[in-house]
Amino acid sequence: MTKILEVLITGLLVGGLYALISVGLSLQYGVARILNISHGEFIMLGALITWTLYTALGISPLISLVICGPSALALGFLIHRTLFKRLLASSASPAVFESNSMLAAFGLMFILQNIALIIWRADTRAYSYLSIPVHVLGTLFGANRLLTFGIALVIGLAFYLFLHLTRTGKAIRAAAQDPTTAGLMGVNINHVLALCFGLGAAMAAVAGVLISMCYAVTAVMGLEYTVIAIIVVVLGGLGSIPGSFLGGFILGLVGSIVTFLEPGLALVAYYVIFVLLLLIRPTGLLGR
Amino acid sequence: MKPGNLNLQRMWGPGLAFVILALLATLPLYASAYSIILVTDILMFVILALSWALFSAPTGYISLAPAAFFGVGIYTSAILGRQLPLPLVVFLGGLISFCLALLVGALTLRLRGIYFAMFTFGLVELIKHFWLWYEIKFTGTRGRFVVVVDQQTIYLIMFTIFVLLLLTTYLIRRSRLGLALRSIGECEEAAAHIGVNVNVLKTLTFALSAIFIGAAGSVIATRWTYVDPYIAFNPLYSFMAVLMAIFGGIGHPYGPILGAVIFAYLEEILLTRFPYYYMLIFGVVLIITVLYLPEGLIGLMTKTRKRLAGGQDAPA
Repeated sequence: MTKILEVLITGLLVGGLYALISVGLSLQYGVARILNISHGEFIMLGALITWTLYTALGISPLISLVICGPSALALGFLIHRTLFKRLLASSASPAVFESNSMLAAFGLMFILQNIALIIWRADTRAYSYLSIPVHVLGTLFGANRLLTFGIALVIGLAFYLFLHLTRTGKAIRAAAQDPTTAGLMGVNINHVLALCFGLGAAMAAVAGVLISMCYAVTAVMGLEYTVIAIIVVVLGGLGSIPGSFLGGFILGLVGSIVTFLEPGLALVAYYVIFVLLLLIRPTGLLGR
Repeated sequence: MKPGNLNLQRMWGPGLAFVILALLATLPLYASAYSIILVTDILMFVILALSWALFSAPTGYISLAPAAFFGVGIYTSAILGRQLPLPLVVFLGGLISFCLALLVGALTLRLRGIYFAMFTFGLVELIKHFWLWYEIKFTGTRGRFVVVVDQQTIYLIMFTIFVLLLLTTYLIRRSRLGLALRSIGECEEAAAHIGVNVNVLKTLTFALSAIFIGAAGSVIATRWTYVDPYIAFNPLYSFMAVLMAIFGGIGHPYGPILGAVIFAYLEEILLTRFPYYYMLIFGVVLIITVLYLPEGLIGLMTKTRKRLAGGQDAPA
C-alpha cells in the first residue's frame, strides 16, 4: 500500500515539472504557432547556468530562478523579434510558417546545444541542494522535490491568473484565437507574439532551474524534455493551461506506474500514448 | 538565345551527370581505400536526402521518419547478415522498411502538416526505446556485432542503390505520378476533386522512398561493425536528411544531392576534430537557409544564372 502511494506521489511530483515545461511550449505553439524544437535547450541552459552559479559562486538555486527567468524572457523576445518575425513576414501561408518555423527551431536547437557543449562539455553535472528527507503520508521524499513541485504549481497558477485578469493576458488570448483580427482590434501583434515566445522560453529556463535541483543535468538533455513537452501539449490540448497541467500529471503518473511495473518501458509508454493520441484525438483532452 | 545554344545547354546537364556517374562506377579501379570510404559516406547521405525529397519535396509533408527506416535497415543487417549474402540482406532491409512505411503511411493519412512531422518523429523514438527494451529483456544484450564486409563491395552496393534511386526520382518526376504528387502539395482537396487518389499515392510514394533508406542502412551497418538501438535509431539522421535536402533546394533533384555532398564532406573534415563546431555550423546554415534561401542553393544558382543571362541578352 505504501509502495503504491509512493509510486503515485512520485508521478505527481514529476508531473508538476512536466506541466511547467509544457505550459511554455503550449504558449509558443498555441499562440505564436512555432513548434519550438529548441524548447528543451532553454531548459538545459537554465539548469547548467544554475549548476555553474551554485558550484562556482555558491549562489542559491532560488536566486538563479530570478536570474534565469528574466534573461530567458529577454533572449526569447529577441529571437522572436529578429528570426521568427522575419519568417512570419516571408511565409506565404500559416501552414508554410509552421513548417519553416519548425525548421528554424531545429537550427536554434543545434546552435544552443553545441554552444553549451563547447562551454560545459558533455559531462553529467549534479549538485546537492535541500535533499533532506521529508515524510509525506508515510513515505519519504526529498525536500527539494516537494519545493520544486510547489514552485511549479505557483508559477502555473500565477500565469493562469495573468492570462485571465490582465490586459496583456487578454491580448495574448485574442492573438491565440485570431491574430489578424486581434491586430485589427489594436493589439500590437508582433509585440504579443514575441512576448509569448519569450514567456515560453522563460518558463523553460525556470523549469530547468527546478530540474537541476533534483536531477543530474547535461548539455544534451534538451531534446528529451522537448519531446515530453510536445507529448504533454498534445495530450492536454493546444493552448490550454489547465490542459497542460492535466496532461503533465497524467504523463507523470503513467511514467511512474510503468517504471514500477517494467522499468525499461516508461519512454515506450509515453510514445505509445503520443502516437495513439495523434491518431485518435489530435486536439487533446481539453483542446478546442 | 539561339536554338543551337539551347541544345548545347540542354545536353550539358545530362552529359555532366553521365560523366560523374561513369567516374563513380569505376572508382574502385583507381581510387585509394580512403577515398572509397569517403565517397561511400557521401553517397549514404545523398541517398538519405534524395529519398527524403522523393516524398516530401512534391507533397510538402515534412517526414522525420528517415531515421526509423535507416535503423530498420541497420538491424536487418545485424540480425540476418551472418546467414544471408549481403545483396539479399540489403534487398530485405529495403523490403522491411517498405512494409513499415506502408503501415505508417496508412495510419497517418489523416494527419496534416506539423502533426505528420511530430508523428514520424515519435515513431523513431518509439521504435528505438521499444527495441532497446526488447534487446535487454529477451536477448540479454544491448548491442550487436555486424558481419564485416570489404569496402569495395560496400561501395558498389551503395552506388547501385544511388543509381536506382536517381532513376526512380527521374521517372517519378517525368510521370503522371509526379504531377499528381505536386498537385497534392499545392492543394490536397483540389487534387482529390480532380480525381487524384490522394491516399494511395501518398502512402505508396512514402513507402517507395523508405526502400532506399532501409537499403542504405543495411549496407552501412556492415561498415560500423557494432550497433545498438541508440546508434541505429538516431533522430539526427532524420534531421540531416531534411537539412541537406532543404539547403540544396528541393525544387530540383540535383538540390538534395548538392546539399548532401557539401555537408557530408564538411562532416568528414570537421566532425572528428571539432564535432561541436560542425553541429553549430549545421544549425546556423539551417536558419540562414530557411530565412534567406527558401529555394536552396539550386534556387540561388538558377536565379544568378538568369540574372547573368538576362544581362547579356538585354538590348543595348
